[in-house]
Amino acid sequence: MAWVILSSMNETAASYRIRPVQAADLADVIALDAEMTGAEKGDFWRDVLASLASRADRHFLVAEDPKGGPIRGYIVGEVRAYEFGSEPCGWVIAIGVDPRFRVRRTGERLFDAICDCLRADGVATVRTMVAREDRLDMAFFRAQGMMAGPFIELEKPLD
Amino acid sequence: MKLQKATLFGLYSVLELTRDPSRQLSATDIAERYGISANHLAKVLRDLGRAGLVEAARGASGGYRFVGNARRITLLDVVRVFEDFGDDVAAREPGADTDIGGALDLVLSEIDDIARATLGSVTLSTLLKTMQWRDERSQRLKAKETA
Repeated sequence: MAWVILSSMNETAASYRIRPVQAADLADVIALDAEMTGAEKGDFWRDVLASLASRADRHFLVAEDPKGGPIRGYIVGEVRAYEFGSEPCGWVIAIGVDPRFRVRRTGERLFDAICDCLRADGVATVRTMVAREDRLDMAFFRAQGMMAGPFIELEKPLD
Repeated sequence: MKLQKATLFGLYSVLELTRDPSRQLSATDIAERYGISANHLAKVLRDLGRAGLVEAARGASGGYRFVGNARRITLLDVVRVFEDFGDDVAAREPGADTDIGGALDLVLSEIDDIARATLGSVTLSTLLKTMQWRDERSQRLKAKETA
């Protein structure tokens, strides 16, 4: 995928660039995710990166400041087909923006870029899953135009 | 789900005023637009004023205007001005301590939790944007059909 120069009129956001992840970005992504979630998931992120080689319908983008410094944000999206009886559909499975660099439309730009990738893969809908108590992410996805979809997630404790 | 009349009128008013925060509208202006009682709406607007969401302007061109932060205030914030939305109401009902009452309460709480999460995640600004997207999308689809 070609690099996408952020076109925001917002001064700060305009200086950021969204591009596909590179192996050298992984340490930044792992650190950013660990800072936001409180859990380091190195194996998960290495698996996601490795899977890109065999999955053309999975996309892993990052936002960077061209002047340098660590990655400011990341997003992972993919096409899933026929799981739970669903037609092929795009999924955002991870998103994160450095808390020190929020409210600069970085998340919005990452989301738009991943939607472009998924649209190019031929799907017409994008989904995600958010914890009910996670007001911040819920409000973010709502602000991107997402609403409740036709599926409800159910669960049961196994202990 | 069904909201109380005052809550619904409160949402209409706040959203109508948020469309253009520089504009002032009287209770009668809003009541006419939504086909609702101006007297009832006047009381609702006073409640919204006490909650700091709208401000009354005096004078001949007097009316109400929105004074909050549309990107921060959620639908739930407005709903809570008028009702205790899903705040363990079922637990106080007779029979709630029985096994069936407890099981039923779990299901009703699930519905309340989802409703609270939904209303709490939609800001006034998001709702107005969603309205605009829906309009634009339906125009795009209509244009496609006619092409």
